[in-house]
Amino acid sequence: MSDEGLECVPVRDEADIVVARQRGRTLAEHAGFRGTDSTIIATVISELARNIVDYASRGELCYGLEQGSTSAIIIVARDSGPGIEDLATAMTDGYSTGGGLGLGLPGVRRLMDEFEIESSPGKGTVVWTRKVLRS
Amino acid sequence: MSVPILKQGDFLLASVQSALSDTDLLTLRDELVERVGRFRSTGVIIDVTPLDVMDSFATRNLRMIAHMTRLRGAETVIVGIQPEVAFSMVQLGLTLEGVATALDLEEGLELLKSKSATRFDYE
Repeated sequence: MSDEGLECVPVRDEADIVVARQRGRTLAEHAGFRGTDSTIIATVISELARNIVDYASRGELCYGLEQGSTSAIIIVARDSGPGIEDLATAMTDGYSTGGGLGLGLPGVRRLMDEFEIESSPGKGTVVWTRKVLRS
Repeated sequence: MSVPILKQGDFLLASVQSALSDTDLLTLRDELVERVGRFRSTGVIIDVTPLDVMDSFATRNLRMIAHMTRLRGAETVIVGIQPEVAFSMVQLGLTLEGVATALDLEEGLELLKSKSATRFDYE
């Protein structure tokens, strides 16, 4: 879960969610993601940023590009909120403690190519995701 | 940015202009529910054509608007969901179950007109 060279934006309230997803989409389009893929990336950022606002109050959203033989976008959501007690349950469709639809994390996992989550109660949560650019 | 709501005959037309914050969505919800009563509207069209993202919050609120206005006697039709947005919504597992949708404004108006025409049949 290396995150060197990532650009981060703070996420504290709902206005930050809009900023985070617009900057993420711009970056994705700059990297060559088009149409459905850039919409997916913006949606993923929106869901991850919303989790931070709803559950942790504050955190940050970071993104970066991998350039090379394969290009990819990395999206990381990090907060120092209460953490997730039961990760397996949080990754189940339809489960929510925040009054949402409970589709956030499992949905994000479906939309991205790679997904990792680390959470410790009382310390916070880090979600790391990656999507490869397909030409 | 708040969403302008126009009255067109028996219907209300809300045209989303740009990316919506959570507050914009909640304001839209409250205003539509109130105006349905004030103007005795029987139909509401929400045009989301410019929206490039429909996340779980936006979807949940559109569904709430549709259900709330129905309880007030007006049918809501969501129009203008873009192909990429539809794709992402399905992948994410988001649905607008129980909410009428139409391709664009024109189709939405037709749908509302046919719905209000058949209302008498049920009564």
